[in-house]
Amino acid sequence: MRFTPDRAAIRFGCGLSPRHPAPGSVEDMLTTLTGPDRAAQEFPIPGMKPVFEMALRERKARHATRPFKGTDQYEAAFEKVKIERRAMREMASVWFGQALMRRAQTPDGFRERLVSFWSDHFTAAGKVLFLKFAPVTYAEEAIRPHVAGRFKDLLRAAVTHPLMLHYLDQAKSVGPQSRVAKRNPKRGLNENLARELLELHTLGVGGPYTQSDVRQLAELLAGLSFTHVDGFVFAKDQADPGDKTVLGKHYGGRDRLAAIYTVLDDLAAHPATARHIALKLATHFAGDAPDAALVGALERRFLDTGGDLLAVYQVMLEHPASWADGPRNVKQPIDFIGSSLRALDLQPRQMPKKKVAQMRKFFHSPLVMMGQTWGQPAGPDGWPEADEDWITPQRLAARLQWAMATPLRLRRTLPDPRDFVEIALGSEAPEQVRFAARAAESRPEGVGVVLSSAAFQRM
Amino acid sequence: MTKSFQSRRRFLTRSLALGCSLAASPLVTPVTMASAPWDNRLVVIILRGGLDGLDAVRPYGAPEFQALRGRLLADGAVPGALDLDGYFALHPALADLMPLWRAGELSFAHAVSTPYRNKRSHFDGQDILEAGTGSAGVESVRDGWLNRLLSEVPGAHAETAYAIGRQSMLLTKGPADVSDWSPEASLVLSSQAERLLDLVMHDDPLFRDALNEALDLSQEDVLALGGEDEIDNADMMNAMQGMAAPAGREKGLAQIAEFAASRLRGETRLAAYSINGFDTHANQSRTISRALKPLADNIMILKKELGPVWGKTTVVAMTEFGRTVRANGTGGTDHGTGGLMIMAGGALRGGQVVTEWPGLSESALFEGRDLMPTRDLRAHAGWIMRGLFGLERGLIENTVFPGVDLGENPGLLL
Repeated sequence: MRFTPDRAAIRFGCGLSPRHPAPGSVEDMLTTLTGPDRAAQEFPIPGMKPVFEMALRERKARHATRPFKGTDQYEAAFEKVKIERRAMREMASVWFGQALMRRAQTPDGFRERLVSFWSDHFTAAGKVLFLKFAPVTYAEEAIRPHVAGRFKDLLRAAVTHPLMLHYLDQAKSVGPQSRVAKRNPKRGLNENLARELLELHTLGVGGPYTQSDVRQLAELLAGLSFTHVDGFVFAKDQADPGDKTVLGKHYGGRDRLAAIYTVLDDLAAHPATARHIALKLATHFAGDAPDAALVGALERRFLDTGGDLLAVYQVMLEHPASWADGPRNVKQPIDFIGSSLRALDLQPRQMPKKKVAQMRKFFHSPLVMMGQTWGQPAGPDGWPEADEDWITPQRLAARLQWAMATPLRLRRTLPDPRDFVEIALGSEAPEQVRFAARAAESRPEGVGVVLSSAAFQRM
Repeated sequence: MTKSFQSRRRFLTRSLALGCSLAASPLVTPVTMASAPWDNRLVVIILRGGLDGLDAVRPYGAPEFQALRGRLLADGAVPGALDLDGYFALHPALADLMPLWRAGELSFAHAVSTPYRNKRSHFDGQDILEAGTGSAGVESVRDGWLNRLLSEVPGAHAETAYAIGRQSMLLTKGPADVSDWSPEASLVLSSQAERLLDLVMHDDPLFRDALNEALDLSQEDVLALGGEDEIDNADMMNAMQGMAAPAGREKGLAQIAEFAASRLRGETRLAAYSINGFDTHANQSRTISRALKPLADNIMILKKELGPVWGKTTVVAMTEFGRTVRANGTGGTDHGTGGLMIMAGGALRGGQVVTEWPGLSESALFEGRDLMPTRDLRAHAGWIMRGLFGLERGLIENTVFPGVDLGENPGLLL
């Protein structure tokens, strides 16, 4: 099998749309990807700045309540804290709406899927109130600009990003011989980021590293930190003096941050990393048990080009195994909802992005029930890939509930189900789904049945 | 997974249309009673993230304890305050379990682990824990030990075992029928919609089987809506629009325990679910309480809701690995090796900390950093299953936990 437009839109994009034509060729997909980021222009999402600013304002408001603790004015003083928190929730709700609108209306579905894939590969999340809203802004600033660039740039941007340094406890880690540790012997090293950097971000768990590499890398990384005012900073007082040995190579010198960038570049270029990334990409886009030849081809191209991601994608999109017939990956819940909105041609005015309660009811809660809480992955290894993890009875029930009930609440009128089959599934529509769309008793039921079909829920 | 849910569902619907309640229906009960192979119950709780066993059950009597772990204690905490046996003491977040300890309904196995060593990855560690294999086989084994146990039991059926919650678990995966459900999910469909959904999923076994199971498990909710009347399109849309909102973490865990108890009071003999949040890299004196407290609540809910069935029940909580013996530099602990298994229930010979205790001295540590595991936790789990269900030793050592050495009977059960 080779490229077909409908399959390209479904398998590598955000699904079919009645408004945006499916890609015409592999070349077309890659050219679009290197062109301007039109979805980000039309549906902007900021970087971390507003998150940090609001967190600081909330903290200030909270501190201002302290003198009133235990008095009857406390509640009134705390109102200001509540106002800040409400403002943050409203902003986060808008960003969530923008992210969904990008999937619904982007002319470049492949880019959205890549952002989603790499944000998951470099999973970072917030563990305190305000940073819980930050994954989307992290993706905007650390992931999105690099998805068509080089892996090493993506790695550096993700691993040194404040949200990652927070999520995997790096910002608090101090070298055992650092100045901070000498002043305060209670402080010391935390291995969390070093381990996940080797295990998840680069070499993979089967990779050639030992506990000693984890430890030495943790000592080398000490100093990577951030503040709410400056964002990323290198805190020299937290750094551990002396050379460190990671995978048999020495890293040291006066410029510790340069040494950290060097180890990241070396890890990015490691053959085990190429293998790990090739397997993950193929599994995510081409199926849970990807073709060995495809994985091998991706791995070679990654190594040959020093991790040029565009070149790697080209191999993936030109490989016949990527276009094979038969049941492929199940859409993750965010892909399922996103492609449903795209087939429904949802318009910005129909997305209740400023209405926190509606956003929760229509999107956030259903995603929780489908097993994919927005911005809160279960662990640093991100979302599962296996189809069986997503299609359990309770998770499928949540998908069907959403498909039957939500479209009508977003759009006043729904399309004729007989037309909707062709919009949503195009040349991939099975005869049974066409039949079911004709036989439905009402438009919501017909649309719901099409969205619920196994054919629509796979890519 | 192949099952004849559709026909069973129709059968239940008919019996309910006659006005009988599900539990009391004379048409259903004898069949299921006859097919239940045992009367004892097992609940397996997977504690994800790597529980720090040395904090949950603190060896405060060890001479090294204060130096190694003092900084992990909350300010002013007395490590031996909830003393168990003069050497070990309970974490304050588990205080609600003290009455169970005194009643002989709570035990611990300390310094235990799976055969997993050295890489200390959560994800591999959990896979090995749930697969129940030695670490060599984890990539080839795609089924869980609870499922393999079930496959060996004649007469086990879909209701015998339940995997509960929104997460899917390797522990219960495999060829044997296991019901998978979350108490907050439900599906209310008109008969026409149900037919059409069956049509658009029929050729895809993954979707077809999940749909049938969801319909079957939703039956009680459907009946609550309107008894024997046919659900029409309007009912369906109303019900779907008022769909259940997900519960918060604490309430969600309580719901899971209540749901598990409701099933275990009936035909279910095995229930499994997980509790997250044990990966305490920083500020452990605060963060671990947020994971331990729900665990204690959960066990107490099971006891309360199970009533007399608690006497036949054993709850086993296990984790992928323990954590470093020394505190790290951020008031927490990093991934380690030897850990803790928690057991509760009326079927237990409780009030014991079962351990071949290695001690905390420098030379006794695994790789100079972790609690030395002195026993395979699978051996303890194996003896519990042998005691509860009468499984033969060979079956446990070859099939359920291939390669495990059960060793001497640790005497965990009454």
